[in-house]
Parts: sequence; structure tokens; C-alpha cells
Amino acid sequence: MLGFLTRRVLYGIFTLWVLSIVSFLVITLPPGDFVDMYVETLVGEAGVGTPAGDKIEEVIRAEYGLDKPVMVQYGKWMLKVVRGNFGISVEFNRPVLEVVSDKLLLTVIVAVATIVLTWFAAIPIGIYSAVRHHSIEDYSLTFLGFLGLAIPDFLLALMLMWIGYFYFDFSVGGLFTREYAGANVPWTMGKVVDLLAHLWIPAIVLGTSGTAAIIRIMRANLLDELSKPYVVTARAKGLHEWKAVMKYPVRVALNPILSLSAYIFPVLISGSIIVSVVLGLPTVGPLLLRALLAEDLFMASSIVLMLGGMTVLGTIVSDILLVIADPRIRMVNQ
Amino acid sequence: MEEKQDLTAAQEDLEASELFLEDEEVLVAGQWRLMWWRFKKHRIAMVGAIFVIAFYLVAIFADMIAISDPRESDVQQAYMPPQTVHWFDGGFSPHVKGVIGSRDPESYKKVYAIDSDVKIPVRFFVRGYEYHLFGFIPLDWHLIGTDTGENERAAPYFLGTDILGRDQWSRIIFGTRVSLTLGLAGVGLSLFLGVFLGGISGYYGGWVDTVVQRLIEITRSVPTIPLWISLAAAVPRDWSVTKIYFAITIILALFIWTDLGRVVRGRFLALREEDFVTAARLAGARDLRVIYRHMLPNFVSHIITATTLAIPVMIISETALSFLGLGLRAPAVSWGVLLQEAQNVQTVAVYPWLTFPAVPVTIAVLAFNFMGDGMRDAADPYAN
Repeated sequence: MLGFLTRRVLYGIFTLWVLSIVSFLVITLPPGDFVDMYVETLVGEAGVGTPAGDKIEEVIRAEYGLDKPVMVQYGKWMLKVVRGNFGISVEFNRPVLEVVSDKLLLTVIVAVATIVLTWFAAIPIGIYSAVRHHSIEDYSLTFLGFLGLAIPDFLLALMLMWIGYFYFDFSVGGLFTREYAGANVPWTMGKVVDLLAHLWIPAIVLGTSGTAAIIRIMRANLLDELSKPYVVTARAKGLHEWKAVMKYPVRVALNPILSLSAYIFPVLISGSIIVSVVLGLPTVGPLLLRALLAEDLFMASSIVLMLGGMTVLGTIVSDILLVIADPRIRMVNQ
Repeated sequence: MEEKQDLTAAQEDLEASELFLEDEEVLVAGQWRLMWWRFKKHRIAMVGAIFVIAFYLVAIFADMIAISDPRESDVQQAYMPPQTVHWFDGGFSPHVKGVIGSRDPESYKKVYAIDSDVKIPVRFFVRGYEYHLFGFIPLDWHLIGTDTGENERAAPYFLGTDILGRDQWSRIIFGTRVSLTLGLAGVGLSLFLGVFLGGISGYYGGWVDTVVQRLIEITRSVPTIPLWISLAAAVPRDWSVTKIYFAITIILALFIWTDLGRVVRGRFLALREEDFVTAARLAGARDLRVIYRHMLPNFVSHIITATTLAIPVMIISETALSFLGLGLRAPAVSWGVLLQEAQNVQTVAVYPWLTFPAVPVTIAVLAFNFMGDGMRDAADPYAN
């Protein structure tokens, strides 16, 4: 178990390292950078290329550490990252961590809410579908599941916004009402309640495809399990149907779901980028988009790296959960 | 009495022989025929397949199905709501009512009123703008349209118009072409990557396998959406439409090939130890021959299935990228580009018809998924 864990963690770190190089290179790929734009706004178009303009550019580049070749920039940045400093966002002129941290928190909150919702919806439906398989209810649930998988979530977001706007006269976007928005508002009870009141819409939007997937997996697993001899024996011996289903087959069928949920977490975090743009959520998604378009190098690479870190962490947690939940796998590993 | 018994006996014989015939047909039928039979039994998959074919027909004959030139704009007709088609007017005569556009003096918004007196007939197979079918056959007739004469723009706007007064219906039809071919091209590319890398990894094993496996695992364990957004943002803004199209295709393919790679590798690993492969190798066949002649035919069906299921992923990804403004850009027309206009709720609230491109996206994705599901069941006809 310990060896397995160490291997997973080392491997995760290696993955993150590769990711950091790739993302850094990709983000520096477009011609020009933030400093070019910045200098142009400072000295005007006519000033670019004049000795004075060049001097200003030089100073700014040195200040932000953008005056060296890409690999040197990367090396310096990486040395800082290892010590927990993600560099400075040139666009906000503040440390990246400071800009990102509370948005990161909200991103995680949205993802966790989505997973909770997914579980509460998908598992009972999956069980129901499996127990009543090939009934009309099962078929319609399967179809709904397919629909949930097919509709891109940003379209779903748009649709919900439209419905909210038209029929309920209710603005769907955002995570807070105006008085609680902004990073400086302290986390009071009122803010939490306000967040909960807004949270359900992104959770539904983001959770639909995951719910559909889990329903299908739960149904398939449980169907496999229900046809096994031990269930037949349990029934033959007169065990109550509820117990015959819920006590053993459901437990076994839940194992893969458990590991899937930890795996879904990073997918949700990445997936929320697009939905956040549509719904105007104060998460890291829109921030990343903005940083990319402004060529805010350290900001964009840091966000990609942080999301990558969460992905790797999620995968490791899901592996561990699976080992804990399923004694059979534990036995094999020993 | 006896005669009757004979008759039933003969009948039973006949039925039995028919049954036998059927059995024999099953026994001698080739792999592909068996798959087709199995696929046919899957009703929803058949429906999906029909939709997929219809979509590609629309993509091929887009010019013909479009009513007006999707690039032609007319600001006088901006944001016109969809016109309802009236089918009967004493007898069968499909038509739309005339529309009068004016400006609201207070909000300066364009408002349209229906003019019930004017009747614009909707005709089938009419002449319209000129185009080249398949790129080289000059034609000017269209499936639907109106006889409004040469000078006027061919009305009916079944799905309304956009900000520049371009016909939404025609634009969706043309978007179909771009979105679906991009999906196909991207999947083709990832198929190449997947079969090549997955193939050498599964066939040779050893360190090649380790390297390719790590590559696949890293690609899969990395958050793909931020990465492909970064890549797409790196595509220069001043590239031509075609260049951007190929760039986006390559970017998407880079992230989708891993699934195919895994399928191919798994199959190779399973087949590598089979007797017929060993036999072929002992008989002196070279690696490439063993792969293409002996192994590949065994899992072509699995590859096709995985490919089919990858297409909807491509379609959704392209739509999402273009929607964010990072994918294809105007003047290119794809479903995602069209949906970009419906990006905020204010626009959607006032001009709800701008969300129509979401309908073909959803239907296409569903159709591909249903078809792929049926194909997965049919891919191994010898099971059971």
C-alpha cells in the first residue's frame, strides 16, 4: 500500500512537471507578450521603438522577469513555484496567489456541490433503473440520461438562464447577489446562505452529464451483481427484497462509483471553465480565459498548473478510495 | 385423416428445413454481415444512423438546402423573428406573411409587424443565388425558396435573421458542413495517431509500450480543457479561415487520440499471443504484413466503433471553443460560431431564435452516441 502510494505520488509529480513545461511553452507561443502591449499603452504607438520606449520596455521586462529566454523564465518561475510563490500577475499587478486564491475556493465549492448533487440524484435512480430494468421507467430514464450526456453543458446553462429570466424573473448568473460579491466581503452567515441560494444552478448544469454517466454505470454494475448466485440464494431463502438488493449488491456496485467521483472532481473543475463564462461565476475559469487573452504568462500557467494539481490529486484520491472500499483489490495488492 | 397428418408432417418438415436454411445462412455469413444483422436489431442505433446519414447529406448539399447566401447580409432585416409557414389558404398553398420593419422611436430597436395582406408563396425547387455543387458544378436552384424576383432577397426566414440580417436557417445549414467535417477530420487524425502509437505500443511491447503508455496516461491525467483553451488562444488571430480550421482540428485531435490508442493497444495485446499470429510470423511474414493482414481485420470493427463515439466529443469541443471565441471565428460559419451570438442572456431574452443552432448540436451528438452504442454491441458478432 505504501509502495503503491509513493509510486502514485511520484508519478503525479512527474505529470505535473511535464504539464508545467507544456503549458508554459504553449502560453508563450503567440507572438508578442503582455509587456509589448503595456509599453504601447504607456508610450503610445509612436513611442514604440524609440530609445526612450526601449528603455522603458527594458525596465519593465526586468521588473517582471520577462527579459530572459523562455527556458530561463520557466526555470526561475519553477524555482519560485516550488517554494509556493506563483509569481506576479502582470495584468493585475498583484501576486498570482492573491488574485486566484478565493476564486479557487469558490471553484472547489462549486465542484463539491456538483458531486454531492450528482450522488444524490444518480445513485437512487441507478438502483431503480436496475431493479426495474426493461420497464418503461427504465427506458425513459435511460433516454433522459443520454440527453443529459448529449447536451453540451454551456448550452444547458444558457437554457436555464433563459428559463429563469423569462418565467421566473430571476437572474440566474453569478454566485452572489451584489452586496456579497467581491473578495473583500467577509464570510458571514448571510454570505453563505446567499451562496447556497445561487449554487444549485451551476451544480445542476455541471452535474447533468456526470449524473447521466453514473446512472448508466450504477445500473450496469447492479444488473451484473443482481444476476449472481448469491443474490438468487438470498431471495430463495426468503430475504426481504429490499435487503436482498440494498445490503450486498448495491454495496458492491457502489465501489466503482466511489472511485469515479474522485475522478470526476478534476473533470468538473476543468469543465466549469466554460460554464463559468456563460453563467458569470467568479471561479478560476473566466480568470484563465482573461489571462490567456491578455498573455498574462505567470497567471495563466499558474492556473493551468493548479488545475493540473487538483486533477492529479483527484486521481490519487480515487485510487486510494477504491483500495479502501474494495477489499478484493486490497487483497490482490498484498 | 391420414392425409391431413401427412400434410402437417410435411409442413413441419418444410418449416424445419427453413429453419435449417436460416441457420446455415448464419453459419456461412461473413463477419460484416453478422455485424450488420446485429446492428439492425438495435432500433435506436438504426434511428441514430439514419440521422447521421441525413446530417452528412445536408453537409454535402448545403448550398441546395440553404435558402439564401449565408454570407449575404442586409442590415435592414436585422434580427427578424422567425416567420411561420402557413400551409393552407383555401387549398394547399404554403406561404409566409409579409413583414414590415420599423424602428421603435423610444428604444431605437428594430420592430417587425406582420402584414397579413401580403402573401409570399413558398415554393419548392426554385431558382436562387448561384453556387457550385461539389465545388465545380454551377447551379442556381434550391430546395425551398420564394418567387420574389431576381432583385429581392429570397425570403422566408424560417428561423429568423441575425444581427446583420443574415438568414439563420441557411447559416445553420452551412454550419452543419463545417461542424461535421471538422469532427470527421479531427477524428481521422486522432485515429491515425491512435492506431499508429497504440499499434506499435501493443505489438512491440517493452520500452516502446512503456513510453507510449506514459504518454497516454499523462495526456489523460492532465486537465484537458484548460490546456486546449490555452492552445486555441495561441492560434494567431490573423490566420485565414482554412488555417484556423486545421489548427483547431489538430488541437482537438491531440487530446482525443488517447481513447483510440488504448483500444488499439488492448486489442494488439490480446491478439499478439494468438496461434494464428505466431503461425504467420513463423511462416516468415514481416511485421507490417502480420499487423495489416492478420491482426487488423480482427479489430477493425472495434476501431470504427471507438471512432464513431469520438466524433460527438469533437463536435461538442469545437462548439465550446468557438462559443468562447477561441475556435473558429467569423467569417467561418459553424454551430459554435453561430451560438457565439447567443452568449449572454440579454440577447437570448430579446432574440430567442439565436439559440436554434443548439438544436442540431444536440441532435447530432445524440445520433452519433446512439449509433456508436449499437455499433459497440455489434462489433463482436461472435459473442453469445
